[in-house]
Amino acid sequence: MAASHALITASTLSTSAGKIGQVVAVVAVFFAVVLLVFFAAGRATGRFQRPLTIAIFVGPALVLLLVGLVIPSFRTFYLSLHGANSAHAPYVGFKNFGWAFTDPSTQSVLLNTLLWLVVAPLLSTGIGLTIAIVVDRMKRQALVKSLIFMPMAVSFVGASIIWKFVYDYRDSSQPQDGLLSQVVIALGWKHPPNWLLSHPLNNFLLMVIMIWIETGFAMVVLSAAIKAVPDEIIEAAKVDGAKGFRLFASIQIPSIRATLVVVLTTVMIATLKIFDIVRTTTGGNFGTDVASNDMYSKSFVENDVGKGSALALIIFLGVLPLIAYNVMQLRKERANR
Amino acid sequence: MSADAIQVKAQSPTRGVAATKDIRKAFSSPWASIFIIALTVLWTLPTVGLFVTSLRPAKDVANSGWWTIVTHPHFTLSNYHEVLFNGGSGQSGGLLPYVVNSLAITIPATLITLAIACMAAYGLAWVRFKGSDVVFFAVFALQVVPLQMSLIPLLRFYNLGVHIGSVPIFPALHLGGTYYPVWVSHTMFGLPLAVFLMHNFISQLPGDMMEAARVDGANHFRIFRQIVLPLSTPAIAAFAIFQFLWVWNDLLVALTFAGGTPKVLPLTGRLEQLVGQYGANWQLLTAGAFIALIIPLIVFFALQRYFVRGLLAGSVKG
Repeated sequence: MAASHALITASTLSTSAGKIGQVVAVVAVFFAVVLLVFFAAGRATGRFQRPLTIAIFVGPALVLLLVGLVIPSFRTFYLSLHGANSAHAPYVGFKNFGWAFTDPSTQSVLLNTLLWLVVAPLLSTGIGLTIAIVVDRMKRQALVKSLIFMPMAVSFVGASIIWKFVYDYRDSSQPQDGLLSQVVIALGWKHPPNWLLSHPLNNFLLMVIMIWIETGFAMVVLSAAIKAVPDEIIEAAKVDGAKGFRLFASIQIPSIRATLVVVLTTVMIATLKIFDIVRTTTGGNFGTDVASNDMYSKSFVENDVGKGSALALIIFLGVLPLIAYNVMQLRKERANR
Repeated sequence: MSADAIQVKAQSPTRGVAATKDIRKAFSSPWASIFIIALTVLWTLPTVGLFVTSLRPAKDVANSGWWTIVTHPHFTLSNYHEVLFNGGSGQSGGLLPYVVNSLAITIPATLITLAIACMAAYGLAWVRFKGSDVVFFAVFALQVVPLQMSLIPLLRFYNLGVHIGSVPIFPALHLGGTYYPVWVSHTMFGLPLAVFLMHNFISQLPGDMMEAARVDGANHFRIFRQIVLPLSTPAIAAFAIFQFLWVWNDLLVALTFAGGTPKVLPLTGRLEQLVGQYGANWQLLTAGAFIALIIPLIVFFALQRYFVRGLLAGSVKG
């Protein structure tokens, strides 16, 4: 028994060493090739020098983006207009989209997604802003900020396990191990429900995980933006008689409006793509499914690529206004330079 | 813009203090402090619970909540030994190979993305050509295209190649069960943000230095290696942490391109499976989760300063 154990460990170690060796080799070859190309292209002269330089610097990124994002997006659109079996799928027009908006279970998926999009970004930005303002005057603000920011480093899967444990259910006759049940029992609710099974409450419990992660991001970015508001504006407002809370609401908030919008859109985009939380905690059961998880199940579990692609496209259309807004902001900013 | 963010940071002590004094007064009350302390405890407690549970013997975990350690302190490391080397409750193999997979996926996906992004950022900012602005905007806009849009076509591209009719244009690569599809996909998906952030920084570098180097006869490749890269170290560090955390914590890309093959599946993918398999064995699941958390947490706390700088470079406008 002990011998076989040692054998397994030894073979694990040797495969691991092989894998790490492969990684080192790949990285070394990559950088060697880049240096070699630089060296060779540096010797080029004449008419081709400039186009060659541009191609070497910008080319790799553009090819990867084209192959990885641009072409697949069009392909997804094409697939969404076709039936389930991808090899010889018949053209079905917008039937998959019709299905998405009329099928009751998919309707609830889209409704959940919408709910996530409204609640999670607003609450995490709101809480983050509150902390950013209040924490500045505290003594141990660096510690507080680090602790609240910490969930950003934790994977969504890790965060989901952390919270699944908080929500863990046991019959009220037994000693509890879920923190939430214990707290509500201590507060006098003798028979708490099985949290993750109670619809629609479970949706909000899952959103708490997202808010837990994103609040630190909102806090850090907003805190920096508040500190960057020029003194002159605040002073001018004070001369005009603005004070305390009014100064905050009518001067400081408008001054950081642009940053607020950026934080909101960033969290929204992250929310729209959220997949890990739902998958790890409930697997999309008990009425908690969202579009990105359903898209994965349809495409890779049920092998209905047409419907999966339609859902991906719906997610894309959801973020489209956000893209447009961000591009407009960026152009404005560049024009001001 | 990254340079702006750093300036903002440098100026903030003098600017911020006077500016927010009055507002602070409005919010300063014992209630505010209590509120912040309560919030911090609320934010930290779930992670503490996970860590404490991973150190408790199975019998204790089954019979009492983790908070009872205050009265009955009793710790063991056997859970960690179990999940790392044995897999626990009838599972074959521990988590160790998956930790190696995570590292093997994350390191190249970070370094290669950074290299390609720096090159593109330099090209777009300093080898300006007709349409370089349009290209920059397009790359920026790609940031928000959901990954989900490309998963299916990309997977088919790797597995089946490209055909028009029955004429093969690009051969099937047969790379299933290797790291290559995962590396390449992470690079593709990381590039829009990487190019955007690096471009913000690199385009703000002083132009006189580049001019001087050009007058001395240096070509773009030398300027890039000897001037631009050394000057961009802060931004490179910031984005490296970003990309490292993003790849390490990813589940969707890993499941799609490495799914099903334990040979290349990263830790997040394995953990997601364990949630089902360990069931009520919380002491094992929490130990596994903590192993997955500890590396990004170390990276994060050690390099927090750079990480925050990177965040600000991407999002503080005005």
